[in-house]
Amino acid sequence: MLKMTDVKKVFRTDLVETHALRDFNLHVGEGDFVAVTGPSGSGKTTFLNIAGLLETFNGGTYELDGQDVSNLNDKKRSQLRNEKIGFIFQSFNLIPDLNLFDNVDVPLRYRGFNSAERKKRIESSLEMVGLAQRMKHLPSQLSGGQQQRVAIARALAGEPRFLLADEPTGNLDTQMANSVMDLLKSINAAGTTIIMVTHDGQLASQARRNIYVRDGKVSEVNDTDAATAPHLAAV
Amino acid sequence: MFHYYLKLSLKSIGRQKSLSVLISTTLGLGIAACMITYSLIYLMSKDPLPNKSNRVYHVQLDNWHRNSAAIEPNLPPEEVTWRDAMNIVHAKQAKYQAAHAITWGMVTPANKNVPPFLGIIRATQGEFFPMFDVPFLYGQGWQNHPINHVEYVTVLSKETNQRVFAGINSVGKTLPMLGKLFTVVGVLDEWHPSPKFFDMSFGAFYPPEDLYVPLQIKAELELPHGGHTHCWEKDLGDNYQAFLNSECVNFNLWIELASQQNKPQFDNYLQTYVEQQKGLGRFPRVSNNIVLNINQWLVYKKVISSDMYLFFYLALLFLLVCLFNAASLISTKFTAKNSEIALRRALGANQLAILSQCLTETLILGCLGALIGIIFCLMGLEGIKYLYPNFSAFVTLDMPLMLITVGISILSSVLAGLIPSIKVSMLAPAGYLK
Repeated sequence: MLKMTDVKKVFRTDLVETHALRDFNLHVGEGDFVAVTGPSGSGKTTFLNIAGLLETFNGGTYELDGQDVSNLNDKKRSQLRNEKIGFIFQSFNLIPDLNLFDNVDVPLRYRGFNSAERKKRIESSLEMVGLAQRMKHLPSQLSGGQQQRVAIARALAGEPRFLLADEPTGNLDTQMANSVMDLLKSINAAGTTIIMVTHDGQLASQARRNIYVRDGKVSEVNDTDAATAPHLAAV
Repeated sequence: MFHYYLKLSLKSIGRQKSLSVLISTTLGLGIAACMITYSLIYLMSKDPLPNKSNRVYHVQLDNWHRNSAAIEPNLPPEEVTWRDAMNIVHAKQAKYQAAHAITWGMVTPANKNVPPFLGIIRATQGEFFPMFDVPFLYGQGWQNHPINHVEYVTVLSKETNQRVFAGINSVGKTLPMLGKLFTVVGVLDEWHPSPKFFDMSFGAFYPPEDLYVPLQIKAELELPHGGHTHCWEKDLGDNYQAFLNSECVNFNLWIELASQQNKPQFDNYLQTYVEQQKGLGRFPRVSNNIVLNINQWLVYKKVISSDMYLFFYLALLFLLVCLFNAASLISTKFTAKNSEIALRRALGANQLAILSQCLTETLILGCLGALIGIIFCLMGLEGIKYLYPNFSAFVTLDMPLMLITVGISILSSVLAGLIPSIKVSMLAPAGYLK
């Protein structure tokens, strides 16, 4: 489903050349729940950005749902991103002057759904995260956990195949983090593939699969019981 | 999607009110400066008789001294002599023909409640009215009279009719003036031709006259010569008839042809006339007749001065400066939205969608700019009217000008917003998302 082979990413300035990813290899199957861990600057976020088609890469191949995305133009990449990928960010990234309904509406607008279809999907996804009653509220009227739930609803409204989460609980207290994690697990159980970057070993241990990234490479993969992986205990 | 972009743009403008107003005002100021000067040029150069300007002609004959031109370099005088005016008008070689000159005299209304006043009078021939499509409120003009026929009739301007007869239909009433009793045969409706193409002696935007009388009255009553009077002969004699028989020019001569195709025929007639006059010892210079239609005449007379074009170019430069400023402000406005744009890109918006959204916003700012520009423009034009009362009659922002203003504003805003919009649509989203 998601297959990266020898992917390279180099950031260049006039003076410095930084190899963010070097020969990055990863295969994520349908329905996986992958936690990506690793030290700061190891390339986790770069991997996630490339996986989410937010960034291009300098070498290797990347297939998403069987489609080579290396040479797609902006229109195709945006369409693919809109249809197949949902994003969850650490700082929620809700648009402050749009109410919950309009925030969840954003990806659906670019999908070209008619208003009835959009309404149905918005209501259903907000229902799923338990915020259907508050769809006319502004993000500032919600707690952090609730805002992250809205972000999840927004990511789910388009029924993507992949959910890419970058530190989804990084700004939440433990209780809220657990509640968000429970929500992600239930989404995964329903069939959505999730790739989650996290520093939190406890959260990573709840994923089905763990990968550890160091110096821009996948250095370790634990497919069985993530909680026992020695590197995760150190994270 | 346009409806969605419109909604987002209005929200964005509401969120950044001060910046948005500043951008629109910057655009509005530049547009107003341009539109004020453009309005003046447009209005000054507007065809005063659009239906027939290409077949109504001003006639110039070169009756000047052998050794010096009336107007350098080698141009004939702009007016003609009494003799030439009479000869050509009564030859009836055109559909309409009329000579006319400005004069003045005392008007002494019979109604004692209306004080006497000095009336500015246009002495002309009857075909002046149909030739220039002069609108009548009551009655009509008079026929071109035979050369020695004198009839004491007059046509009043609407203002004069209001002043003397309180605005009633005064046709058939008598009006004492110039020491005679004149019968009113017509009252004009509002008529403020701008530019006043048929006689620009006092400038192209001088107000119209108070009264109109037959041209023969001028000779009969020996009325003073208003407007331009130029002579080159040294010994004219000192009586009025001597002036009329002289080579002094004072009369504007206009003709209307049935069609443009008749112009060569009229030119031939004029050339034959000049040759005849040469045979009588007149017209010592090489034939140099100039027959220009109305629009050619306005160009010949340089109704729009080069200063006006200079002002317009300066205003264009000012608009350019405003555009750069607006572009910079729009760039600031969009930069503040980088993280929202990045988010939208992450959620599936392609570059074109972001570009469309940004351009919709600049379009709205442009519409606001147009509104502000129109307000400034109207204020500017009012200021011009206040400073130059002669311009009052024609300085106005009419519908075509209003549409041009809106068009320029929208175009300017799109131009100003294009580069910032392209820039923001191409931003790399990953750098702005956490």
